[in-house]
Amino acid sequence: MADVQQIIKDATKIHGIERKALMPILQAVVKAKNYLDDQDLVTIAKVLDLSAAEVFGTASFYTFLDTVPRGKYVIRVCKTISCHMAGKDEIIKAIEGALKIKIGETTLDRQFTLLTANCLGWCHKGPVMLVNDEVFPELTPQRAVEIINRYKVELD
Amino acid sequence: MESNRPKRVDIIFTMEGIDPLLVVEKTIKKNPDDIILEMIDSGLKGRGGAGFPTGLKWKFTRNEDKAEKYVICNADEGEPGTFKDREILDRVPEKVFAGLAICGYTIGAREGYIYIRGEYNFLLPKLTEKLKKFNEGLKKIGLDFFIQLRSGSGAYICGEESALFESMEGKRGEPRNKPPYPTVAGYLGKPTAINNVETLVYAFMISRIGVEKFKELGTKDSRGSKVFSVSGDTPKAGIHELELGMTVQQFVDEFGDGDTKAVQVGGASGGCVPRKLFKDMIIGYEGIPTGGSMMLFNSSRSMYNVLHDYLEFFTEESCGQCTPCRVGCQQLLKGIEAVKRGEKPPVYLEDLKKLAKTMKIAAKCGLGQSVANPFISIVTNFKEEIIY
Repeated sequence: MADVQQIIKDATKIHGIERKALMPILQAVVKAKNYLDDQDLVTIAKVLDLSAAEVFGTASFYTFLDTVPRGKYVIRVCKTISCHMAGKDEIIKAIEGALKIKIGETTLDRQFTLLTANCLGWCHKGPVMLVNDEVFPELTPQRAVEIINRYKVELD
Repeated sequence: MESNRPKRVDIIFTMEGIDPLLVVEKTIKKNPDDIILEMIDSGLKGRGGAGFPTGLKWKFTRNEDKAEKYVICNADEGEPGTFKDREILDRVPEKVFAGLAICGYTIGAREGYIYIRGEYNFLLPKLTEKLKKFNEGLKKIGLDFFIQLRSGSGAYICGEESALFESMEGKRGEPRNKPPYPTVAGYLGKPTAINNVETLVYAFMISRIGVEKFKELGTKDSRGSKVFSVSGDTPKAGIHELELGMTVQQFVDEFGDGDTKAVQVGGASGGCVPRKLFKDMIIGYEGIPTGGSMMLFNSSRSMYNVLHDYLEFFTEESCGQCTPCRVGCQQLLKGIEAVKRGEKPPVYLEDLKKLAKTMKIAAKCGLGQSVANPFISIVTNFKEEIIY
């Protein structure tokens, strides 16, 4: 389990404890554990001397700052027009089949979460998906499943 | 026919004989007011989509008598169909840094930021490393200017400049009322020059190649060239730098698949040009402006699906702060679904157009104001596809 206290401390060393440090701190925690729980938000609020509601308000605004538990690997398949035209539906179907989950769900072992995202900026090479920060353009259903399987192997 | 083709240009991506730091070193020997005059003379307008004259933006920020000022590079590229800023930051980051440094020197700022969307986090390790070297280089040439990276977290609205400031200040990315404009009160309430990635590289290249070379390209209203992100039904999807001033027809002749029925110029928030208008419509500030997103649709595509996608996008990405945008986007989406299902008569589309026009006037920021662009252009030109 990630040591959230330490992560927050390290982030404040770089970004300070003013309000403008809030995004980098939230991002650092999400990078380490993929979501923010209530306790994380309260801790950050204390460090920055803000109300917990302010911190939650900021965090909940941003799609990538999840405030519900997510898997170790968060898969985001682009669903915007160019990727739609290039066949994102087939990609989603293939991943749903491989992981036995639907969009918005997390696998029972908490390893994978499947989400859709708005335009990821790869319209010339769609369909595309992100797995955490890593990007995979020019997907086919088969390639998408292969990539997921590679992550599964990494877990074993 | 050959001369009718859009002219290809290589200004943004070339590194041939270019040492970005050396160009900065030479440029900062000039008087800032002279640099501003050059920028104004060049006719360079913002390449993010809004098209505000860059020289004026720099001038207004310079004229503010404040000790603290900021330069920000807006790399929160989220417009559907746009991916040029990612390519620029990936391939020629030093040119972006150099553009920031020149802008910083000109307006009198000591701090610069690059706000890059969270979807491009994979670029960060490389950018961080290159930026470290560049900052050291700036110190060596004696320029008191330091550039830092900041990330977004998946909110399209943060590409709107005042929402971007809010985000950098640790708040929800909700746009502010304007005025005051960023040149007066931007990041942390201080005068801020915020420029698109591509604009900064052109500003840098104008310092490098000179105003005259830049002005040779384009038209009176649209000087220079532009990086286009081409996608959709085209055999030539990708990044193309072209001279400004071509018609949509010329563009389609070069990039179409022979069956192009519509081109969406400027992404989801841009306008849809149908085939019958290709010949008359100029891509540029005198015709249909664009941040670079060019999506081609051939006759196999349903324009209902295209519009539906866009409206879903805006419904999700609206920040929810102002009612015209929050409720308007939802109602437009529900409205076309109801017409499609036959629950509302076709004439209901006229009511929806009125709603879109109201949003253009009443919404607080560019997001809500621009939903009318795709909505009215698609509903007007492809009415049958929306209804049946």
